[in-house]
Amino acid sequence: MSETTHPTNLAPSRADIISPENLVYKKPELMNDVTMHYCPGCSHGVVHKLVAEVIAEMGMEEKTIGICPVGCAVFAYRYIDIDWQEAAHGRAPALACAAKRLWPDRLVFTYQGDGDLACIGTAETIHSLNRGDNITIIFINNAIYGMTGGQMAPTTLMGMKTATCPYGRVAEIHGYPIKLTEIAAHLEGTAYVTRQSVHSVAAIRKAKKALRKAFEYSMAGKGSNLVEIVSTCSSGWKMTPVKANEWMEENMFKFYPIGDIKDTGAEK
Amino acid sequence: MENEILLLKGNEAVAHAAIRCGCDGYFGYPITPQSEVLETLAELKPWETTGMVVLQAESEVASINMLYGGGGSGKRVMTSSSSVGIALMQEGISYMAGAEVPGLLVNVQRGGPGLGTIQPSQSDYNQATRGGGNGDYNIIVLAPNSVQEMADFVDTGFELAFKYRTPVMILSDGVIGQMMEKVVLPPFKPRRTEEEIARECPWAANGHDLKRRGPNVITSLELDPAVMEQKNLHLQAKYQKIRDTEVRYETTYCDDADYIIVAFGSAARISLTAMETAREQGLKVGLFRPITLWPFPTKEIGELSKRVKGILTVEINAGQMVFDVRYAVEGRVPVHHFGRLGGIVPDPDEIVEALNKL
Repeated sequence: MSETTHPTNLAPSRADIISPENLVYKKPELMNDVTMHYCPGCSHGVVHKLVAEVIAEMGMEEKTIGICPVGCAVFAYRYIDIDWQEAAHGRAPALACAAKRLWPDRLVFTYQGDGDLACIGTAETIHSLNRGDNITIIFINNAIYGMTGGQMAPTTLMGMKTATCPYGRVAEIHGYPIKLTEIAAHLEGTAYVTRQSVHSVAAIRKAKKALRKAFEYSMAGKGSNLVEIVSTCSSGWKMTPVKANEWMEENMFKFYPIGDIKDTGAEK
Repeated sequence: MENEILLLKGNEAVAHAAIRCGCDGYFGYPITPQSEVLETLAELKPWETTGMVVLQAESEVASINMLYGGGGSGKRVMTSSSSVGIALMQEGISYMAGAEVPGLLVNVQRGGPGLGTIQPSQSDYNQATRGGGNGDYNIIVLAPNSVQEMADFVDTGFELAFKYRTPVMILSDGVIGQMMEKVVLPPFKPRRTEEEIARECPWAANGHDLKRRGPNVITSLELDPAVMEQKNLHLQAKYQKIRDTEVRYETTYCDDADYIIVAFGSAARISLTAMETAREQGLKVGLFRPITLWPFPTKEIGELSKRVKGILTVEINAGQMVFDVRYAVEGRVPVHHFGRLGGIVPDPDEIVEALNKL
């Protein structure tokens, strides 16, 4: 116990910590001062922050339309201070397609989970990407249905246990996890297709660069962009946040390898 | 381009009218008997003239959600389909009603149930006038009986959709969609500018002037039941206002009539001939044509029922509107129904026969 006791008398005061000369980090201006509904250890909060930072850095605060999914990110509109539309389950790319074509100078993106994008909304996702709608689809893949309480997702790994495959995912009954990002890379309409994660500082920096590139490509009219973020769901996976990160590195990254899959900008 | 007169199919008239009344975008999926709407738009290439977006979607599900996304950003957007396709759109229509998003739908009805037939029908009356999707809502339903009204109701539909922030449906059928008539095209109206949209739609999610007004969120979601009840009450108050102010109908020879036919759309056109034949035979028949099927002219039909001996509804279905007429009549006089099913359009003589049985 004595090892965990902090020597409080040596700690800097709060005033010291928040004094301007000591500030090394601050909340993005576009993030609202509200309590998030996300669970501890969830990747959503980090990705929201990156989205808010990239929009501000591009100076697109007043020219952005975000489309929320049905799933854990259903309330994304509470957290980032931009205009939002809340789509029906799986239909976000259809809303985004229309919004972008009707407002070509706007930055339009969807923010979707694996069930929303790779299951109920597969058709809308693939056809929007294939049309080359100048939008960005942000795809949070945590291999589980978080919002409804941990059911099997289209991306649930083989053998993984969920509320609707309590003995583990088996091919004979449940089929196989789908790699929608790899499918997207084969579509003519996509400009930039990448898979990232936010489990470490280095990974967060790369994920942010990927989001920036996707947003810039969409504004340059290069085509559709898909940024998958392999994510943790400590509640759904029934793990501590630390353990969830480890499990993700050991299991998720093997099936969902991190890195760019297609970059038409780099090819040219 | 003022007062241009053309010979057009009902479906083609919709396309011409859309371009001329400042429509910003059309999103649709091919289905018989309404494919000429998208085909005509593709041929007219309005993206080169007015800047209107025309897109063939991957499904009716996508079309209606494009409508949701476009309407939610404040644009005048529309889709068209036929019965089966409209059934697929019901989720999106419910979201639009819940989130108060304007948009125009055209349903060129065919017979059902299921894949049914490609021949004309009016069997989507219930689907259109009862909301159609989940939740307590209604949408405004306009029923054209001519190619001219197909054209005219496009602008009327958009005006009502934005006045009340609601989806509006033009409920047509395969007869009106496919037949050719002379049509006076509506006067040309430019698409609204960004500033005009901002003025008309301060609620829209499109980024315009966001810093001054604060963010707009288009959503039908609310998890707090107390707040959700208030949202529902707000919708119901809006629907009551629409019932009080937007009822449209047309009467022909109703003043001296002993019997009344109530019919809409193509059934009303056929009934007009039947009415004339019956009058020649000495039966004093009038025609009451509801133009808005929702809001329904309940009060007007109720008043009329106090002066007549009986009412016949003529519908190209198994009897759907007849229940709204009976509700309006409150048992004062008998209300009968005559209809043909499966894509068969009634003959005027059959209607006269049904009148004689009243």
